[in-house]
Amino acid sequence: MLKVTPFHPRTAALSQGQAWRRWAGHTVLSSYELYHDREYSAIRNAAAMIDVSPLYKYAIAGADAERLLDRVLPRDMTKAKLHQVMYTPWCDAAGKVIDDGTVSRLDDQQFRLTAADPNLRWLHHNAVGMDVTIEDVSDSIAAVSLQGPTSRDILKGIAEADLDTLRFFRLTHASIQGIPATISRTGYTGDLGYEIWVDAGRAVELWDRLIDGGEAYGITPAGILALDIARIEAGLLMIEVDYVSAHHALIEAQTSSPYELGLGWTVKLEKGPFVGQAALAQEKHRGPAWQFRGIEVDWESLEQLYAEVGLPPKIPTVAWRTSAPIYVQGVQVGYATSGCWSPLLKKYIAMAHLESRYARLGTPVHMEVTVEHRRKEAMAQVAKLPFLDLERRRA
Amino acid sequence: MATRSMSSYDAIVIGGGHNGLVAAAYLAKAGKRVLVLERRHVVGGAAVSEEVFPGFTFSVFSYVVSLLRPEIIRDLELPRHGLQILPLESTLTPLPNGDYFAAWADHDQARQELYRHSPKDAEAYDEFGRLMHHMAMAVKPIIGMVPPDPTSLSPKDLLGLGRLGRHFHGLGDDKFCALFKLMTMSSADFLEEWFECEPLKATKSASGIIGTFLGPRSPGTAYVLLHHYMGEIDGAFRAWGFAKGGTGGISEAIASAARTFGAEIRTEAEVSQVIVKNGRASGVALADGTELKAKVVVSALDPNLTFLKLLDPHELPDDLVKGVRQFKFRGSSGKVNLALSELPDFTCMPGRGPHLRGAISISPSIDYLERAYDDAKYGEFSRQPYMDVIIPSMIDPHMAPPGKHVMSCFVQYAPYQLNGGWNDAKREAFGDTVVDTLAKFAPNLKSAIIHRQVLTPKDMEDMVGLTEGNIFQGELALQQLFFLRPLPQWAKYRTPVRRFYQCGAGTHPGGGIMGASGRLAAVEILRDW
Amino acid sequence: MSRAYDAVVIGAGVGELVAANYLARAGQRVLVLEDHDVLGGVHVTEEAFPGFRVDTCASDIGFLNPQIIQDLDLSTHGLEVLSVESGVFAPVGNGDGLLLRDGADTMASIARLSPADASRWMPFSERIARLAGFLWSLYCEAPPLPTSKDRKDLFALLGIGRRLRGLGKVDMLEFLRTVPMPVADLLDDWFESDVLKGCLGAAGVSHLFQGPKSAGTAFVMLHHHVGQPGALRSRTVVRGGVGSLASALARAFGASGGELRSETGVDRILVRAGRVSAVVMQGGEEIPASRVVCGADPKRTFLELVDPTHLDPEFLQRVQHIKLQGVAAKVNLALSELPDFGCSETNLRGTISIAPSLDYLERAYDASKYGRISDQPYLEAVIPSLVDPSLAPSGKHVMSVWMQYAPYRLQEGEWGPETREALGDRVIDTLAQYAPNLPAAIMDRQVLSPRDIESRFGFTEGHFYQGDLTLDQVLFMRPVPGWSRYATPIEGLYLAGPGTHPGGGPTGMSGYLAARQMLKQRRRQPRSTV
Repeated sequence: MLKVTPFHPRTAALSQGQAWRRWAGHTVLSSYELYHDREYSAIRNAAAMIDVSPLYKYAIAGADAERLLDRVLPRDMTKAKLHQVMYTPWCDAAGKVIDDGTVSRLDDQQFRLTAADPNLRWLHHNAVGMDVTIEDVSDSIAAVSLQGPTSRDILKGIAEADLDTLRFFRLTHASIQGIPATISRTGYTGDLGYEIWVDAGRAVELWDRLIDGGEAYGITPAGILALDIARIEAGLLMIEVDYVSAHHALIEAQTSSPYELGLGWTVKLEKGPFVGQAALAQEKHRGPAWQFRGIEVDWESLEQLYAEVGLPPKIPTVAWRTSAPIYVQGVQVGYATSGCWSPLLKKYIAMAHLESRYARLGTPVHMEVTVEHRRKEAMAQVAKLPFLDLERRRA
Repeated sequence: MATRSMSSYDAIVIGGGHNGLVAAAYLAKAGKRVLVLERRHVVGGAAVSEEVFPGFTFSVFSYVVSLLRPEIIRDLELPRHGLQILPLESTLTPLPNGDYFAAWADHDQARQELYRHSPKDAEAYDEFGRLMHHMAMAVKPIIGMVPPDPTSLSPKDLLGLGRLGRHFHGLGDDKFCALFKLMTMSSADFLEEWFECEPLKATKSASGIIGTFLGPRSPGTAYVLLHHYMGEIDGAFRAWGFAKGGTGGISEAIASAARTFGAEIRTEAEVSQVIVKNGRASGVALADGTELKAKVVVSALDPNLTFLKLLDPHELPDDLVKGVRQFKFRGSSGKVNLALSELPDFTCMPGRGPHLRGAISISPSIDYLERAYDDAKYGEFSRQPYMDVIIPSMIDPHMAPPGKHVMSCFVQYAPYQLNGGWNDAKREAFGDTVVDTLAKFAPNLKSAIIHRQVLTPKDMEDMVGLTEGNIFQGELALQQLFFLRPLPQWAKYRTPVRRFYQCGAGTHPGGGIMGASGRLAAVEILRDW
Repeated sequence: MSRAYDAVVIGAGVGELVAANYLARAGQRVLVLEDHDVLGGVHVTEEAFPGFRVDTCASDIGFLNPQIIQDLDLSTHGLEVLSVESGVFAPVGNGDGLLLRDGADTMASIARLSPADASRWMPFSERIARLAGFLWSLYCEAPPLPTSKDRKDLFALLGIGRRLRGLGKVDMLEFLRTVPMPVADLLDDWFESDVLKGCLGAAGVSHLFQGPKSAGTAFVMLHHHVGQPGALRSRTVVRGGVGSLASALARAFGASGGELRSETGVDRILVRAGRVSAVVMQGGEEIPASRVVCGADPKRTFLELVDPTHLDPEFLQRVQHIKLQGVAAKVNLALSELPDFGCSETNLRGTISIAPSLDYLERAYDASKYGRISDQPYLEAVIPSLVDPSLAPSGKHVMSVWMQYAPYRLQEGEWGPETREALGDRVIDTLAQYAPNLPAAIMDRQVLSPRDIESRFGFTEGHFYQGDLTLDQVLFMRPVPGWSRYATPIEGLYLAGPGTHPGGGPTGMSGYLAARQMLKQRRRQPRSTV
């Protein structure tokens, strides 16, 4: 049997189509309703409630906790302020990305790291000779993500915390109608939103409080399908979809460096020693071979391809996670790894790895699309990530 | 078309084990007129299914298959001849404290179970699988090649050595060093670098000791771990499969393919000698006195029988005879086949769960295995043996009457050289030890046993002609592999007697129901033709 | 301010001193730091009991490459070889025993056990000499990684291949076949006498956490026969005990202008931007150094002396995976009279081996697998005062005994005075079975468990060789795969102890090769002017 999340009693009851899928050994819902449209629109227009408990969570504490994280992560952890949250990838010695997640400074000597993959062993390998404890708290902490323009209002109604001053990528300890929680202003949607972390034993209670308090603000439980569209619009990476973890790759060509994933801004080469430093310094000097970019498919071109077979253009109803080749003048110069129809932008968008010389914004490319069982090339152009940059996310 | 004399063949293959049959099938496929001579009433050698007790069919000796070369399956179109391999998806290791360790096929399930025992191991397991994938890739070309002679200056050998050198060189530092470690370390040490969960280490390392007279802490046992990953590159325990109808089903499929290509197969035809004239094989003499002529004679028997029984040792070079005598067989395993009135009910996982469709491994810790070896080292069978148990009737219900079951227990260690020698009393005592050991974990077992067949290494020698009962026709130890298998200078399937070849598991790469020895031998024979 | 040192050497073990000497002779300014008051690392001679000088740890100087003695002119610096004792005496009780040494009486001695074995002795011995000879050729160079793309390495590899083929068909195959074998199988192929096989097989498990039935022990046997006459293990006896080697090396070093400070322990090695920058003493003094040669074992070096943050986790994993399992204990005795084995005194000048059969060795090993001390241990004893009477008061003797197996990690309890003394008793009881007068002759004794060896000599787990000599940890795999050439991932930091190729046994070779590598690199990269 697979594991269920602490919210399962509530999520299971709401499932209309039993659209279960796996996430990190757990069963979670792709969508609650039969179509995910309304769940997506809650993210952008009201507030969506997404069960993100399957994330791996590690509590790192001790005199060397900062030292350990500073060694593992390319970001400068000595600069992490109390209650600051940082998004960061981390690399192996060859400078290739192993995983990405967030790290929160809960206290001077206490951090929480979230990850998409298990990382306990890797953390231990790096903690040789350090005074630090690393605890896997994945199962004991439940997490729900509240995303959307009304999310702040909902929380203000039920949480004892100063949410007006809580800045983007900061966290605060709060009590939600008696439930001790940590609220971080983070998310995976590119919208105004929060992630709420509570003891797994209080998860169901939290769910109920949120639903009650959010009803007036259009709170809607949302599944992975809705989240997937939002995260593509926001240009956010997904492990094993947009990149292969260096710990899973079977050949070197499958791996990517932070520079190749558009995460060069997280790499602080000038700080103290960290894993992958030398390789990353070299790569920075040399310039990365690949870039991670947005792709916007040209609507007229897509329409034309369908018109040739006598059909109206078809757009993907859910985000896809397969690989689509990108061509320039008939030569493959990259591949898109995720794509979807953006209901908000009304554009067919995708995220792609492109050889650096073809990665300039606006470069005309072709993306492979399948039209009536036949492979075609739709015109497209290289676009900036994120596709959607909402002011309210930070405000 | 000219008719040929019935008693004259292009090739006679001595021994209808799976390697002999594979060689025969390839030769017949190449248009040769081939005769296979099998001493017993069934073909298959140690890969046979027999109705030992009425209604109960057993894979009497070899009981699982993992490495049957895909090219053989393709070339001989074995699925068309009835070959069907069903995966054994899980391994359950019952523990003395009433708990268990299970390795499931599903990744999430496997991880969850491992996590219960050790969170770190749950992660290490995936990385280990990745390393093994690379190692299997590194070794595959070697398994498929005729070993070059490193002392030779012939262009072909130099070419082979060059190819080998390039292959290793091309692996890169990390993979080469990892392979070197795998080839030289003990399975216990190798696994200890990765895991902390005792039953996981023990169950995995058990594969390293099968068919050898070494304990899991002895160097040289790690590389057999690879065998578990050769057919299994996704990191899950899916290496072992079970053939429909038992392992005899594999032999039958190969035999059927051989017959389709025109080979003739005779059972109950024991060969007493290879007829050698002027240093050249010209045929065989059967035990009943019949002589059969052939252009080429191929022995699928082990090196001891091939060189010292089928040939007259006096006609062989001294160093070869000495080499064969030094070749280590020393069988270390036994087999207990049980006919059951009901399924065993394991205390640690009661009822009829999916675990009964997989393997059950009695290997709670490395120390347990090592102690089992300690007994054998000094000439006793293990008081608490390692066991690999499967219940084939769970997968193929035709193997037992409805509602009843057959259970196959592979047991180690049972030394061939038992103090005082094997006899009926010792055999039964050994059988009792096995049943007692297993009954500690499945208490209903004893009352469920309807029949019991106990096979010691001595029995295996007597029944299927495996010298000293070694299931691999010779220990799979580093000094008996590749260009040293079975002997340096004679590792290319040829012998000092012209037109007399070897094709058994005693040659490279040997071991398990792989068929590679038979195929490579056929390729070499055809090259010389 | 004085000129900075070109190299700082941590530890004054034989390997480190050899390296220091070669560096100093090449004109470099070298400082050696030793935290003990005596030099030599495990090769020390101390007055353990008043009037008795004992070789506390190593019982002999091992095989010292004649080239080193010559290059460093050690004889003028006080190294005096008294004799080379090539005998191994294996008592079987009642005054009888097997005696292996140069000359015809060996054959006679073996023939009394088995005439067939006697006839095989010479061919065996000659084969071992040839195979060990080839091994020695591998020990005279820094091992190239077989996957190296460097042109020079490729030539070196081709050279090794040629030398291997040069052994001739038979020996070449024999070498390849022998190396991965259990020493028990090798000896069973040749001999039938238990005593002979036990006595020879012991060389395959000496200081190794394996029994003779374990694969790869035939290699260890070859390793211990490098530089030896055939299948015999000889012992070079130098005046004043094994410690005199270090003294001679120190004098030679001084003569080349080297500077040596003893009783100054190193606390850590400082690294800046991936490069060695200084050595910090226990007192806090910081000695700037751009090159550091470390004689400590790799585990101690990389996990304690250096801040592991500077090393990539994969490398650290490899270091942590080094198998280094202390299994031997040392018993040193002051004797009022010579132990009476019932045989002539000359038999006792070499090594006295208590390993009456392969099964005996194997059973001794069995105990240690489960964390117990062998009930019937394998012993290797020497009486150096027989050759060098100056070591003991007149008429008295010192005896030095290595005992196996005494596992570093006990399953029950910890090493302490009780376990230590019980071990001493067991050793003496075992010896007394062959030399009954021994217990009464003991005036004083010193017992060193693997824990004691660890704490006294700083060798992790008290492992004499700083790492098991198993096939996965020798040649290009030593100390860790990919770093077999004395350099380390930290620029300017080199290893020179027995934890590196070729390991303990061929004494000082690691230091010799380390210095050679350093000097080679120095030639290649012009010194920075900073």
